[in-house]
Amino acid sequence: MTETVERPLARENSVGQPLRRKEDARLVTGRTNWTDNIVLPGMLHMAVLRSPMAHARITRIDVSGALQRPGVVAAYSAADLGDANGSIPCVWPVTDDMVSPPHPCLAIDEVRYVGDAVAVVIAADRYAAADALEAIDVDYEPLPAVVEMPAALAEGSPLVHSESGTNKCYTWEFGGGDYEAAKAKADRVFTRHYVNQRLIPMAMEPRAVVANPTGPDGEITLWSATQIPHVLRVLLALVTGIPENKIRVIAPDVGGGFGSKLQLYREEVLAVVIANRLGRPLKWTESRSENAQVTHHGRDQLQEIELAVTNEGKILGLRVDLTANMGAYLHIITPGVPLLGAFMFNSIYKMEALSFTCTGVFTNTTPTDAYRGAGRPEATFAIERIMDDLAAELGVDPLELRRRNWITHEEFPYTTIAGLEYDSGNYEAATARAVELFDYDGLRAEQKARRERKDPVQLGIGVSTFTEMCGLAPSRVLGSLKYVAGGWEHATVRILPTGVVEVVTGTSPHGQGHVTAWSQIAADALGVDPSAVQVIHGDTGTSPYGMDSYGSRSLVVGGVALVQAAERVVEKAKVIAAHLLEADAADLEYKDGAFNVKGSPGSSKTIQEVAFEAFTAHNLPDGVEPTLQANSTLDPSTFSFPHGTHLCAVDIDTETGMTKIRTYVCVDDIGKVINPMIVEGQVHGGLAQGIAQALFEEAVYDDAGNLVTGSLVDYLVPAAPDLPHFTTDRTETPSTTNPLGVKGVGEAGTIASTPAVVNAVVDALRPFGVDDVRMACTPERVWRAINDAGSKGGDRAAEGTVAYGGATTESTAGGQGDGIEKTGGQA
Amino acid sequence: MIPAAFDYVRAGSVDEAVRVLGERGEDAKVLAGGQSLIPLLRLRLSYPEVVVDVGRVEEMHGVREDGEHLVIGAMTTHAEVIDSDLVRTHCGLLSEATETVADPAVRHRGTFGGSLAHADPAGDLPAVALALDAEFVIAGSGGRRTVPAQGFFVDYLQTAVGADEVLVEVRLPKLGAGWGHRYEKFHRVAQSWAIVGVAAVVHRSNGSIDQARIGLTNMGPTPLRASAVEQALSGADVSGIGAAAEHAADDTSPASDLGGAADYRQHLARVLTRRAVSAAAGG
Repeated sequence: MTETVERPLARENSVGQPLRRKEDARLVTGRTNWTDNIVLPGMLHMAVLRSPMAHARITRIDVSGALQRPGVVAAYSAADLGDANGSIPCVWPVTDDMVSPPHPCLAIDEVRYVGDAVAVVIAADRYAAADALEAIDVDYEPLPAVVEMPAALAEGSPLVHSESGTNKCYTWEFGGGDYEAAKAKADRVFTRHYVNQRLIPMAMEPRAVVANPTGPDGEITLWSATQIPHVLRVLLALVTGIPENKIRVIAPDVGGGFGSKLQLYREEVLAVVIANRLGRPLKWTESRSENAQVTHHGRDQLQEIELAVTNEGKILGLRVDLTANMGAYLHIITPGVPLLGAFMFNSIYKMEALSFTCTGVFTNTTPTDAYRGAGRPEATFAIERIMDDLAAELGVDPLELRRRNWITHEEFPYTTIAGLEYDSGNYEAATARAVELFDYDGLRAEQKARRERKDPVQLGIGVSTFTEMCGLAPSRVLGSLKYVAGGWEHATVRILPTGVVEVVTGTSPHGQGHVTAWSQIAADALGVDPSAVQVIHGDTGTSPYGMDSYGSRSLVVGGVALVQAAERVVEKAKVIAAHLLEADAADLEYKDGAFNVKGSPGSSKTIQEVAFEAFTAHNLPDGVEPTLQANSTLDPSTFSFPHGTHLCAVDIDTETGMTKIRTYVCVDDIGKVINPMIVEGQVHGGLAQGIAQALFEEAVYDDAGNLVTGSLVDYLVPAAPDLPHFTTDRTETPSTTNPLGVKGVGEAGTIASTPAVVNAVVDALRPFGVDDVRMACTPERVWRAINDAGSKGGDRAAEGTVAYGGATTESTAGGQGDGIEKTGGQA
Repeated sequence: MIPAAFDYVRAGSVDEAVRVLGERGEDAKVLAGGQSLIPLLRLRLSYPEVVVDVGRVEEMHGVREDGEHLVIGAMTTHAEVIDSDLVRTHCGLLSEATETVADPAVRHRGTFGGSLAHADPAGDLPAVALALDAEFVIAGSGGRRTVPAQGFFVDYLQTAVGADEVLVEVRLPKLGAGWGHRYEKFHRVAQSWAIVGVAAVVHRSNGSIDQARIGLTNMGPTPLRASAVEQALSGADVSGIGAAAEHAADDTSPASDLGGAADYRQHLARVLTRRAVSAAAGG
């Protein structure tokens, strides 16, 4: 035994402590292992030629020119790859009659969005590969493109997939109660139309892959900047036909995903197929332009929402009619994203009836899929916007309107009109705390004074009382929604012979801090120090089972699996310890990492001592297997339902339309907390992204289907100087459906904050007759709304702002195209 | 994103840079801090055959006094401009505006001269140079010539600097007592380009404004002087600023793009001009 396993006298619980993240020293000092850092002997590089047109027929394609270029090893079009040109599957066919067109890795005969992959070049270095793209000859015959959803659904629209005969992907219906009956009883029917704009996830690390086909016994290893190594392995096997047991997928350090790396991408398939074909390692790293253009986008819904209410503001029924943009192809869960919101439009409110319809639509744009919150931010936005609008219509304080409708804390567990059982919550407590921190009454008084004196800077106050369903997900529920996989999670806990602890998790962190939090959980469950715990993840070779990380699931599913596995380790150890101590297992208690015989001080075995005995196996009780380890595969019984109250105050310069957030208060209830510092970080990042949707970010296409916001010059991601101080607090109503009492937090800030901010903007402008401003609420939109109340701010001019900001940057191809040339520059 | 192949020459002197540019002409580009040229190269929007790096040319660095002028070497970085007490004392408008350029990383790489020679009308410093009545010293094979600010910005991304010439330094008249200044930059996030910017210097004497020079950022294909405002301000007191600023969008032709449609930019120009001149006149 070594000194490191010396037993501490007493240990404090690690769970609940703001332990510094174990990951950070390495990450912030650059000792990182990003996919793009990987260099293998003989490694080749791939570059992708992409369509410069939103819709066109490929009448001729010839890659032979590229083969003449220096350093080029191979070049392929769809025809060259033949059967190896696999199709990206959609694993969530939401209806039996959903239109699910082929989604080949390289476009066959037709391109359907700007950025659609057309051909690839494989070369000795990435410079040679990029240069050779311009030597590929492609003749395009332009076809009419359709960018906007209403146009795509109109009679006679150009078809994104002509063989389908329609741009409609599916119509999905859902509900509870009798909406028409509720409507008939209502004093008022209040209908609103909101636009939930398209967003680009923009993870800090672009995507990257390295495929190495030179493994033992024909194994191919794929390193990918992915959130889902386990799911990816299954999908790669299905798409490529390579036996699953010959594929190993590794997600090394991954620099953010926000859903955009919850995907099977064409480049992942191409890298595997081509590396196998050439027998050499192959790397591809996305440029920022490609990231903006071809990594899947998020949101993009037109929302019609209707409340049937009494004159007192009591909600009787809710009707939702969504139109959701799929983009040009279905990615793995594209059609299912809006469905994740279907259960959340009713939010924290009691009502008799819910009617929900969603129509998925194809357009000649980048495919959409999950983006932080996936369906739930859209739902929360619509319901929280309409609650503030209804409050204004009725002349009731928006918080009071919510109080008249929300589920009170005595009513939990509560089964909602959408059929979900909310296990716990206390909306009154979170709201009361938020109101206090915000000085709600003081700000309302100031708002009144500013309105009266017609101050050019107007104050607006926005409310968002949200809940969400996360912790994806009970497998049977996923099955009932036609999702083709489960929602379980796996964990292994091992005490190694030297007494240190190995935790294997099937979740796949990409910035969240799982290594630290999992160490804290295991430390408490085993009675050891968190520093003695090593967390293994993100490699199908070392953590063979898992469903990965998304949907705020890692802790509430994977963390609970970890607790269960640790408990099983202790159970097994107890049998061994009883044997060694010649005691009855029932007489042992386990505390601070050691088994003690009750009432017999001094007679104890540490778990490390037990682990060594289990390793030597010289003296184990009959029937006990050597080694000290246990697995758990946990299928959650239900979702997790965090909630909170967010309050936002904005100052709007009515002369320019500029909005500044002045106060932001959020009080979230995520149940028990493992590491409050990590939670704080998750909330801050979530708020930044939700505020970004409200004020800054918006993917804009021009009529021809060019992504105008194709660079960070025009797709405005806010940074620290652009965001306010966040006042955050928590109430703690433990979840009753898992032993840790935890709820998900990864998406909460993003889900809640967007409507809080837009509600504040609209509230500031109500004296001008404004009842909506489209997102992103740019200064120009706000100014136009002030000057033309019905305009909602209108469309933005679809032109990039600077020479290298806009649509002209679409192609990573060589091509001397529409270059900007000038003389005399010195830049 | 990867540039197309190009040759690279690191010039040791202005003469060497001019010689290479003379030999390669239109096929050459001058590299200063690289904050505009490098993105253009990476996106393959620009295809020079040779890039002439003047970053190490000693005489193009630094700030010095020359009688009633400050002389700022073209390769002086934004960060060096911000840190310069001479600039802060004599041309405070430039210090103020340079602090708003992009982000710290860009300000430590990007140069005063590079920004002016690139002549992006959305850049902050061209309008500032107009307001400060800058003079541009340009070296070519025939020697050096000095071009006044009004003649320097020719068209979109085009200046008086010829293909075989280099901008060496910029001369700024010192502003003495009685001058106030303000750069009003309107942009959505801290590191983004100006949607509209207004650079104003105002001289007051006996309570009224006797001189004002106003440069407009992003109100047309080149930076502009708001001449109509300047004329209306002449002899006015501060109560006349509002009326004068109403002329800020006269003779402008701003773009309509994601930053804003032309009518919005013209509205902003009027509001921001009023604010900039008011602040400058009060200072």
